[in-house]
Amino acid sequence: MTQQKQMPDSYYQLLEQIQAVDFVLVELTLYLDTHPDDLDAIKQFNQAAYESRQLKNTFEKQFGPLMQFGQSFSNYPWDWKEAPWPWQV
Amino acid sequence: MWYYEKKLQYPVKVSECNPRLAKYLIEQYGGADGELSAALRYLNQRYTIPDKVVGLLNDIGTEEFAHLEMIATMIYKLTKDATPEQLVEAGLGPHFVNHDHALYYQNAAGSPWTATYIQAKGDPIADLYEDIAAEEKARATYQWIIDISDDPWINDSLKFLREREIVHSQRFHEAVEILKEERDRKKVF
Ligand SMILES: [Fe+2]
Repeated sequence: MTQQKQMPDSYYQLLEQIQAVDFVLVELTLYLDTHPDDLDAIKQFNQAAYESRQLKNTFEKQFGPLMQFGQSFSNYPWDWKEAPWPWQV
Repeated sequence: MWYYEKKLQYPVKVSECNPRLAKYLIEQYGGADGELSAALRYLNQRYTIPDKVVGLLNDIGTEEFAHLEMIATMIYKLTKDATPEQLVEAGLGPHFVNHDHALYYQNAAGSPWTATYIQAKGDPIADLYEDIAAEEKARATYQWIIDISDDPWINDSLKFLREREIVHSQRFHEAVEILKEERDRKKVF
């Protein structure tokens, strides 16, 4: 059976920042699906999308890829398949 | 297609091993108004819903899979260290003899998930009202689990999920209005 992984504090802090920005993106996406002409919301969306990318670049340099199938770059050796998985932290 | 991202939508922490709470949470894993039902319901309806609201069904359906993963994480973390005796005590004896510690798509009473939980009428208004009802039922279920749970970490995550159901319901209401407007415009011209 898999073990719970204790990751450094910076892992949880960075991850939480990503979760916060990505939550804004989910929320704005659903909102824009029914309010497609709201320019302010679209500006907020693009700003948050930019911040999310920046945060994920920082995270991935320290803790490996967040996404598979080429949406993140790989280190050597292949580290996509490495634990921890989200339910293990 | 879909891309997996190695993170939960919102953090899931548990205070301690608590298989009894896990047993109740299974309702939102494989129950009628649970997250699996929600994801499959919306993603299936999107093929025949008018273009104006396909995006919304697509995106809410996708978010539901993130919620399914959060519920799975709660159940996994609440049961992974439980002994067989503790599982029996929590009422999960029948689950244990069939599945050990594995998760399974069933409701809190042990009935396996079934496609009869979801509808697809092909009538956009009927489908969207079904979706609104599903969101309100999921919201109510989350409230009742929160009412009987005393794990503050789990309750924090459950409150996040409860609020998401409220937002989804609101967006589906707006989708109904968008379609009604479009229908009325067609009648005028
Ligand atoms: Fe929902």
